[in-house]
Amino acid sequence: MPRTPVGAVALVLVLAVLALAVVGPAVWTDDASAVDTDAILQGPSAAHIFGTDQLGRDIAYRVLVAARLSVVLAILSTVISVVVGLLLGAAPSVLPRRAGRLVSAVTNIAVAFPALLLALFFAVIFGAGMRGAVLAVALAGAPSFARLTQTLTAGVAGSDYVAAARIAGVGRMRMLVRHILPNIAEPLVVTATIGAGSTLLAFAGLSFLGIGVQAPDYDWGRLLGEGLNRIYLNPAAALGPGIAVVIAGLAFNLFGEAVAAAVGVRTPAARPGAPPVTPPATASDVGSERDGALLVVENLRVAFPGPAGWTQPVRGVSFRMEAGETVGLVGESGSGKSLTALAVSRLIERPGHVTSNRLDFAGTSLLETSERRLRSLLGTSVAFVFQDPMSSLNPTIRIGRQLAEVAEAHQGLSRRAAAARAVDRLRAVRIPSPLRRARQYPHEFSGGMRQRAMIGMGLMGQPRLVIADEPTTALDVTVQGEILRLLAEVRDTENAAILLISHDLGVISRLCDRVLVMYAGRIVEDLPTSGLEFGCVHPYTRALLDAVPDLGTDRGKPLAVIPGRPPEPDQLPAGCAFAARCSHASDRCRTDDPVLADLGEAHRVACWNPVAAVPHQETIR
Amino acid sequence: MSELSFDDVSVHYGSRRDRLTAVDHASLTVASGKTVGLVGESGSGKSTLARAAVGLAPIAGGRVLLDGIDLSRRGHRDRPVRMVFQDPYSSLDPRMTIGSSIIEAMPRDERRLRSRYDEVARLLDLVNLAPDRATMLPGQLSGGQRQRVALARALAGRPAAIIADEMTSALDVSVQGAVLNLIRDVQRRLNLTMLFISHDLAVVRYVSDVIAVMYLGQLVEIGPVDSVLTDPQHPYTRELLEAASPRSASSVLPLPLVVTGDDADPHRPPTGCRYHPRCPIGPRAHDDRDLCVSADPADAAANGAHQAACHFAAVRLAGASG
Repeated sequence: MPRTPVGAVALVLVLAVLALAVVGPAVWTDDASAVDTDAILQGPSAAHIFGTDQLGRDIAYRVLVAARLSVVLAILSTVISVVVGLLLGAAPSVLPRRAGRLVSAVTNIAVAFPALLLALFFAVIFGAGMRGAVLAVALAGAPSFARLTQTLTAGVAGSDYVAAARIAGVGRMRMLVRHILPNIAEPLVVTATIGAGSTLLAFAGLSFLGIGVQAPDYDWGRLLGEGLNRIYLNPAAALGPGIAVVIAGLAFNLFGEAVAAAVGVRTPAARPGAPPVTPPATASDVGSERDGALLVVENLRVAFPGPAGWTQPVRGVSFRMEAGETVGLVGESGSGKSLTALAVSRLIERPGHVTSNRLDFAGTSLLETSERRLRSLLGTSVAFVFQDPMSSLNPTIRIGRQLAEVAEAHQGLSRRAAAARAVDRLRAVRIPSPLRRARQYPHEFSGGMRQRAMIGMGLMGQPRLVIADEPTTALDVTVQGEILRLLAEVRDTENAAILLISHDLGVISRLCDRVLVMYAGRIVEDLPTSGLEFGCVHPYTRALLDAVPDLGTDRGKPLAVIPGRPPEPDQLPAGCAFAARCSHASDRCRTDDPVLADLGEAHRVACWNPVAAVPHQETIR
Repeated sequence: MSELSFDDVSVHYGSRRDRLTAVDHASLTVASGKTVGLVGESGSGKSTLARAAVGLAPIAGGRVLLDGIDLSRRGHRDRPVRMVFQDPYSSLDPRMTIGSSIIEAMPRDERRLRSRYDEVARLLDLVNLAPDRATMLPGQLSGGQRQRVALARALAGRPAAIIADEMTSALDVSVQGAVLNLIRDVQRRLNLTMLFISHDLAVVRYVSDVIAVMYLGQLVEIGPVDSVLTDPQHPYTRELLEAASPRSASSVLPLPLVVTGDDADPHRPPTGCRYHPRCPIGPRAHDDRDLCVSADPADAAANGAHQAACHFAAVRLAGASG
């Protein structure tokens, strides 16, 4: 756990405090209770570093001995507080609805009072003394713990596995013990550890005020109270217990934080050294001399640091796009298609690392140009449409304002001109009554309307490239067609190129001129969409086409399936990444990695054993 | 296996003032050993209908019947309808082994038998998973494998009927096929009564005997798969079919007849036929079709194998078949 210096310090401190609590009284009790009437109320000296009290007892020894009582009482109240909190917090999910509501209402009201105030209140009720103080501090801490338990429980109770257990007839108690508590235990333990620190402080406070530990027992709070009376005569008498309280409180708090950090972040922030060196360009050259292309990508690689060194989810992608061209990028989740698009628009954030031999957009090298110049270039001429428009629009800002901000930032339009353009663009993406709609918030828009607004936002500049990442996946089939049609319209009116990313070959073939098929971070086939159905030769493309049922699929036969699953980016085989799942694989496929080679007629494929294209007549029949 | 039927079921959410009718007087029968595919957009109420059957949604009106017996009248211990959820990542308890999850779903008296581990192995085998997976945690499985476990868990309860709610839509296409093959195979082998819910018409067609189409909480068309797909009666079904047309047909985008303005708001559903603001053969296209605005066509659908809730369905099927 002590992966960070703070964590290590916290661990050492906590162990030290606990060790002191265990051995302290056994070793120093005699010294601490030795009355020396010759040395009453002395200041610090070599014999008594914090001085002595009114009976001449050594304050330093008394602080060491008091550790046990202070820590034990703090832990005891924390435990009581946690147990009461858990009971109160879990009660609403076990009790009948009305009783549950009552309990949670009481908890919520109790949370509103400051904990220390509650502690004082309870201490007065229970009366001065150790038992009263423990109960007071424990009960004061319980409401916040109960509230946390309630919130966490509600989160888990809404999940499908709890619903599944309910369907199976699992009772409420059993549900709590088997499903809910194990899944909320982590944050509760962390909070309890941090809470122990505050409990220690609260307890010291009560003892200091004289309503906690009573003589002849003593804890740090009482020692502090006694010392404070003479603070002008002997500051060390108050300082000693004060330091002890601070160190112990800090130890528990830091330890809790360290536990939280260790539990919260599952993948350790590895420092795998320098990013991987990009191997020289492979044979698949995209024709660097044929210029005039809008986008030239050559040997693009994206790497991320993982627990075991760098992994490359995108491994040498090369393609080019002309103005007005529509290119589809298809692949399963994890194939690297979205990362490719993000890299093209320079949206990969640290610690991700992008390298390429060439990454040119409209004649500008994206890897060499300064960030500031890039921002205005990409801001006005590249539009990005994401899968979930609800998460890419700010829910608290009106749609019109969000669009206008783009023009203000990148084109320097005045507020009024930008607002007018926003309405105009909303009209351009066929949003009915755009003037009224511009004043609405994203949640007032339906999914399809939001996606239109996103496209409208891209149209605030003069987009030359529209990157649409699964733009229709979250939409209903009946709305999908409209969004695709709108994208086609943008392409035709603005002469913009479109890079459409999708897992759905059907969507891609409806809009695109060309399709790039990605598998395990590589382009494995690049062919015109018109040739997709009958002309594809990579076994993976073929398998993808066969695996998806359509309205003409033979219902009598099982669907074609692709066995196995894609390799993880850090466990790539030596040869072709698809070889293990491929029905056409030969020995060569398992040892040599095929490169993307030209087949002519704008068709490229990376395969040693391409399948024969399906003869036209046979399939149509 | 048993017959599962929804008899005039309604489900409401929200307060009396801001009420959302998620399911509005839906009647649907899943015959014993058959699969009914339920399609519709998100928000059409298809998942709510499913949740009502397993007691996860409050039924405001109507009844869910199993072999003619009201499900709410049966004892709490006996859960005859089981469900497979959409998201394989949230439907299994991350801290429970696969085996424990399956055992928990078994009937109460079977849970304590020594043979329960054999039963887990049998169920895992049934869904094409190696029995030694039983000791694994869900985190060690892929999405497709988790969905197999979810199916095994649903079968562990010896259900009289199974509901699969979008069980393949969170999966990658290469995995989806294998899961579809499995559910179809298991359904046939065990002669399961199944309600299969999906937004994907092609997927529903592949596994179902009967297709039911839902729009804004109402069932608008029900009929045998071939009949509904070759001869759709409701204009909404036709719209769905056009959107799902085979990719090889053409890359030219079909121009929608009516650009949909606002999506219908389920809090304030349109009067009469709920589909009329979007309908290409309704009042937007024909001035004389005020009937669609004023009268709910639900009653126009009579009993018969193929029913459509539309005043202007191409053929009056009710008359033809019943």
